[in-house]
Amino acid sequence: MRIIVLVKEVPDTYGDRKLDLETGLADRSASEKVLDEIGERALEVAISYAESHAGTEVVALSVGPDSVPTTLRKALAMGATSAVHVLDDALRGSDLTLTAEVLSKAIERTTFDLVIAGNLSTDGTAGVIPSMVAELLGVPHATNLGSIDISESEVRGMRTTDDGTMEIVTPLPAVVSITERMPDARFPNFKGIMAAKKKPFETVSLSDLGIDAEAPVPRSIVVAVAEKSARAAGVKIIDEGNGGQQLADFLIANKLA
Amino acid sequence: MPASRLMVSEEADDIVALARELATQKLAPRVADDEKQAIFPRDIFALLGQAGLMSLPYPEQYGGGAQPAEIYLQVFEEIGAAWASVGVGISVHALSCFPLANYGSEEQKSRWLPEMLSGDTLGAYCLSEAHAGSDPAAMRTKATRTEGGYLINGAKAWTTHGGNADFYTVMARTADTGGRGISCFLVPADAEGLSAASPEQKMGLTGSPTATMNFDNVFVEEARRIGAEGQGLSIALAALESGRLGIAAVATGLAQGALDLAVTYAKSREAFGKAIIDHEGLGFVLADMAADVESARATYLSAARLKDVGRPFGKQAAIAKLVATDNAMKVTTNAVQVLGGAGYTKDFPAERFMREAKVMQIFEGTNQIQRLVISRDLARAS
Repeated sequence: MRIIVLVKEVPDTYGDRKLDLETGLADRSASEKVLDEIGERALEVAISYAESHAGTEVVALSVGPDSVPTTLRKALAMGATSAVHVLDDALRGSDLTLTAEVLSKAIERTTFDLVIAGNLSTDGTAGVIPSMVAELLGVPHATNLGSIDISESEVRGMRTTDDGTMEIVTPLPAVVSITERMPDARFPNFKGIMAAKKKPFETVSLSDLGIDAEAPVPRSIVVAVAEKSARAAGVKIIDEGNGGQQLADFLIANKLA
Repeated sequence: MPASRLMVSEEADDIVALARELATQKLAPRVADDEKQAIFPRDIFALLGQAGLMSLPYPEQYGGGAQPAEIYLQVFEEIGAAWASVGVGISVHALSCFPLANYGSEEQKSRWLPEMLSGDTLGAYCLSEAHAGSDPAAMRTKATRTEGGYLINGAKAWTTHGGNADFYTVMARTADTGGRGISCFLVPADAEGLSAASPEQKMGLTGSPTATMNFDNVFVEEARRIGAEGQGLSIALAALESGRLGIAAVATGLAQGALDLAVTYAKSREAFGKAIIDHEGLGFVLADMAADVESARATYLSAARLKDVGRPFGKQAAIAKLVATDNAMKVTTNAVQVLGGAGYTKDFPAERFMREAKVMQIFEGTNQIQRLVISRDLARAS
């Protein structure tokens, strides 16, 4: 089986995260760059399956700037078989539609049985890339799985929603996304780090994928970006017998009632 | 702020990043409680062993990582920055493996080294005695010849991991010829007659057990003697030369941890209307602390590079141990000062750092002994 795992380099979840107010893009110098935790969990699903099923290939796929190879090396050290990095200046600030197109083209270059992704990146938090990629690939998607069971021909998993849980089954090939309910990813180890050096690492550009980033198709663009305004002090209501009335007036005045 | 490092290769970068990741995610959340309750974190050593970080200095063919000192010492530093007891522990483990890895026969190495480097076992080093610390040639523990091996009798003081280790690298007297009458033995923890006295009640490094090991007619087969009879002291001193670099790295980590704490505190604590780091009096204390940390790191790395290319490094290792541990003492003491009253309470780790730094000026050769090593080297040099 060939499993492709979508991983992403993000600003350290525990560090400062800032937007560059000039460009509207994440300020990548504001904190350390790490492999997104949810992507690591997706990788863990693939690697644990590969460990118990000989002949399974796990490809870590990432789109991002020239710092990405460092984080992709971690995916290789954890146990991915090979890595693919889509690198192109034209991808700077790409929107979801372009990112999904790039990912699906990169996946289509080779055969695949299963694509695993995290449900939501910690920086962009759009949460729709797995479904968009599945649509472009023309395969079923089973998203937001909190448990997963992969077999030769299908994937089965549980999705928890506000109303309950549902069991989802899809034949392969398919795209799935997993949630934080899945187990923590393993740490790499010394042997993995040394082995990673010898694993295939491919860098591809948009022209390799046959994509024109400037093509006249609808894209979302950032019109303006502004710093979040500082929090102003709230209104303090002192109850001198008419506290209830004051509270009601406040709610009405702020259209909260 | 993590230390800014110039690494020699991408994989070196990844190895140190792995150490930092484990330190942040697995060690840091536990250190305060475990140290307070004097819990020995044996599982943390297992975790580091699984990650392959317990055997970095030794050859690949026996399961080691074959990494140069320049790289593995920075791993020790990252671990020491999060948890000094664990940093000291991996340094002592490396010290305990040194005699077999460097002086053992092929047969001995293939028989015991893979297990010692597997990450599942932990070593201890038995050199000092109650009346033979700085002067190991005065040791009294005896290894007497008997059929098929030796019987060891005596007591070894200040054994790190004493009573918790899986193997003990032991120096014992095989002849009454002073420094030339000492031999080195590899003793398994389950050897009959080997027992640990109750652990020492220490000022710091409370998570790392230290005990006197008693040898009561402990039989050791001849195959477990490392090197020739009488070679023990020179093996011990060579091991210490490398061990001092380990301690220098761990002390640098400890100082870095104290600096990070002090800077974070000084940026958030305000006095006279501004952060205390912006008062020159405090800012300069922090600047001196940063200079002490960086110079300690530069000093041990410079000695490590000499070792890595096979040049003599004994004097430089002694200087590194002296500078890094004296600096760690200064930096941790100043961290307490920067935190003020808070620094003196056990709610903050500053006071623990200060207690941990003190022993580093004492063990693996007191800093007075380091000065002796340095001055003797100066006198010898032509």
